Amino acid sequence: MSVQQDTLARTSERPEAEQRQIDKALARRMRRRGDESKFWWLIPTVYIIFLMLPIYWLINMSFKTNQEILGTFSLWPQNPTLQNYAVIFTDPSWYKGYINSIIYVVMNTVISVLVALPAAYAFSRYRFLGDKHLFFWLLTNRMAPPAVFALPFFQLYSAFGLIDTHIAVALAHCLFNVPLAVWILEGFMSGVPKEIDETAYIDGYSFPRFFVKIFVPLIASGIGVAAFFCFMFSWVELLIARTLTTTAAKPIAAIMTRTVSASGVDWGVLAAAGVLTLIPGAIVIYFVRNYIAKGFALGRV
Amino acid sequence: MARIDLNHIRHAYGANPKSDKDYALKEVHHSWEDGGAYALLGPSGCGKTTLLNIISGLLHPSHGQLLFDGQDVTNLSTQERNIAQVFQFPVIYDTMTVYDNLAFPLRNRGVPEAEIDRKVRETLEMIDLASWAKKKARGLTADQKQKISLGRGLVRSDVNAILFDEPLTVIDPHMKWVLRSQLKQLHQRFGYTMVYVTHDQTEALTFAQKVVVMYDGEIVQIGTPEELFERPRHTFVGYFIGSPGMNVMPVTLVGGMAEIGGHQIQLPSPGMPAADGKIELGIRPEYVRLGRQGMPVKIAKVEDIGRHKIVRTRLQNHEIAVIVGEGQEIPAEPHIAFDPKGINIYADSWRVGGQ
Amino acid sequence: MDKTWNNKAWFMVLPVLLLVAFSAIIPLMTVVNYSVQDTFGNNQFFWAGTEWFEEVLHSERFHASLGRNLIFSAIILLIEVPLGIIIALNMPRKGWGVPVCLVLMALPLLIPWNVVGTIWQLLCRADIGLLGYSLTKAGISYNYAADPADAWFTVIIMDVWHWTSLVVLLCYAGLVSIPDAFYQAAKIDGASRWAVFRYIQLPKMNRVLLIAVLLRFMDSFMIYTEPFVVTGGGPGNSTTFLSIDLVKIAVGQFDLGPAAAMSIIYFLIILLLSWVFYTVMTNYDAER
Repeated sequence: MSVQQDTLARTSERPEAEQRQIDKALARRMRRRGDESKFWWLIPTVYIIFLMLPIYWLINMSFKTNQEILGTFSLWPQNPTLQNYAVIFTDPSWYKGYINSIIYVVMNTVISVLVALPAAYAFSRYRFLGDKHLFFWLLTNRMAPPAVFALPFFQLYSAFGLIDTHIAVALAHCLFNVPLAVWILEGFMSGVPKEIDETAYIDGYSFPRFFVKIFVPLIASGIGVAAFFCFMFSWVELLIARTLTTTAAKPIAAIMTRTVSASGVDWGVLAAAGVLTLIPGAIVIYFVRNYIAKGFALGRV
Repeated sequence: MARIDLNHIRHAYGANPKSDKDYALKEVHHSWEDGGAYALLGPSGCGKTTLLNIISGLLHPSHGQLLFDGQDVTNLSTQERNIAQVFQFPVIYDTMTVYDNLAFPLRNRGVPEAEIDRKVRETLEMIDLASWAKKKARGLTADQKQKISLGRGLVRSDVNAILFDEPLTVIDPHMKWVLRSQLKQLHQRFGYTMVYVTHDQTEALTFAQKVVVMYDGEIVQIGTPEELFERPRHTFVGYFIGSPGMNVMPVTLVGGMAEIGGHQIQLPSPGMPAADGKIELGIRPEYVRLGRQGMPVKIAKVEDIGRHKIVRTRLQNHEIAVIVGEGQEIPAEPHIAFDPKGINIYADSWRVGGQ
Repeated sequence: MDKTWNNKAWFMVLPVLLLVAFSAIIPLMTVVNYSVQDTFGNNQFFWAGTEWFEEVLHSERFHASLGRNLIFSAIILLIEVPLGIIIALNMPRKGWGVPVCLVLMALPLLIPWNVVGTIWQLLCRADIGLLGYSLTKAGISYNYAADPADAWFTVIIMDVWHWTSLVVLLCYAGLVSIPDAFYQAAKIDGASRWAVFRYIQLPKMNRVLLIAVLLRFMDSFMIYTEPFVVTGGGPGNSTTFLSIDLVKIAVGQFDLGPAAAMSIIYFLIILLLSWVFYTVMTNYDAER
């Protein structure tokens, strides 16, 4: 770049031969201008290694005995054992935690998407009294710190006798998932031309039939994206889920604290339990991998 | 501005092209003059965009060489080739002002600011956007945005060629006219080498001095609009250009005459060379005379399109379109005759003999 | 799109309204109720007016957690947003690399938050953790349980690990929506890599970036579980952020009045900031 900036350009009057030299120099400078660097892949690779390292360490530990974890430092299990996993799969109080988590997460996802569908339709198609304020108020709930709600939730659900039930957690998670689902679905629905609705009415469809038969299939990918995010946020939340449950509906993530006992921490089982909590997330991501970018593209998360 | 030589260029998107079918672009070997206005015309998938991308350097041809003014640029990057391009959808830098948009390519090349200012102002005048200079490009209409992308090419007085990739697709119909004539004026005044890709024959014929008709990965004819009309080299050209397209019917050649369903037709030049393969006769509807003499036909349909009427006739089982003047009456027992000067003979779809 | 005016649409919004009212308004009213009362146990409450609010607003403890949380959020944004942009810019655009990158990068986002804490605990402990052990072996003194600076380092790198992918995915989504013609035009105009970023990619990422900043700010401002698992807010109070402090007061000390008042102030801060973001965003939309 240091080559005399202004002389490189083609200016008005200059001898032919000199101009040709300058043209060549300029062309050389332009040669690879703005191209991707050849080592672009280095950055995502390093980042992914950074992401995978802690996960690898978790998996590594889950295949070690406690003696090995505490005794020798090794990058991979010297005597791989499935003992830690056996503990989890044979003890109902362990594996029930998974079932509990999955039950309330699925309940929450279904409830959130079902109630969000008509509301999102209303926001995307109609103007009504207070619509903008309502929409903003809904969104503020996504911004509400769970810590603020933990205690009042406990008292509220106690009053209804819902403590330690799956539905309590599912309903509590609606606090942040319903606004999210409304927001995502509204984005997808606004992308469907209004003429489709009108054509359907002219063709004699009633509103419910039109909605189920025509409209829902059109925004199927939007429903998938919304369900994915509801699943995600309900699956990762612990503070509220732990507050509202004691035994019967306790999520796996909360049960993991059990590994701390008088004899110290059972690191191997803790790691194995951790590994098992990664699996549902990994499966869900795999299925929606082609929609992730699209869901985010709407910029409505 | 530069002369563009396409030296035996072929392109295949696949890795190992074997037969002719694997080539998106079959052998192209032509030379385009410095300062010419060329239109690449053809249906979608005919390879015209492939050819344009080869010229702009976005694609590297599988075979052959590309020369600008005799200099081999085949292996040069887009940046080095010093060309300008206007895309189908307006590409503008919408956070910049109109002025900065035009200055952008010059600044990237390190042109001194005073010179930039002079060139940008000049170009703004040329494309009629001088009063918009300080406006953000974002708020403009599609045709103004397209003018800006054109302006970014015009501002660099040394570009080798300006390429257009169906630039009027998103423009309102009435603005298309305005833009096209402005483009033509710019070409006449400043003599840029312009290559214009389109599938719209009106656009191609009104814009270009030479129209390059492409079909199925091949250039089937390069010619002035008049040549394409009068002497289509390939039946596709005859059919694709004109409205309605040329009538093409199978004939047999006997001596200096063509024979169709027992009727003899006088050919323009008696010395027609003997040709093999499938022989066809092509004649444009403008050269078919409807009257009381000649070959008897049935009339299938008459379409009145204002300036003239299109009469769809049937000669045995061949459909022949005829253009008749608005006032002309259609006889009860219609016959058609072919004007010899409008007759072209094709062997395996390629024109034989004559001028 | 022009929408028709139809107040019957309220009926469609009703289920959402009831559900969110049940899970937001009623609990919030409980909070408000506590925040203006005092109790000596036995379910006896006395009107306390704004006493709790004044106490919280003047409490040094609250100022300290708020300050820590603001610094934490600022550091998080300064690291994650530029890093996310750089990674997104260098992601593959097509081919087998795309799903691989997306799946692997999204993985941390779907790990329960306390497991994130556990994973980092396992990684950073000096006795059994890969990172902790290696650093100690290399002669670097590192103990997140004893040294505040190490604790901060751990909590920050954990958050970077956990959430940078969100910024990456958002930016990536913005980038893939840019038509190829823009890049081709930039080449023809001889734009440098920086100019391509500055004038093509950044403007197109504007909206998603705003959302990324908003989300990362909100979530880091509400962070609870991950540092709680790793540091428990310690050593001392050095990583006690607002949520951790709040739970300590409410559940640990059962000081309902101050906790409720603090909740409301906390929520109002977030509300104010999200309103600012929302306004900026909608104005930006309207401008387009």
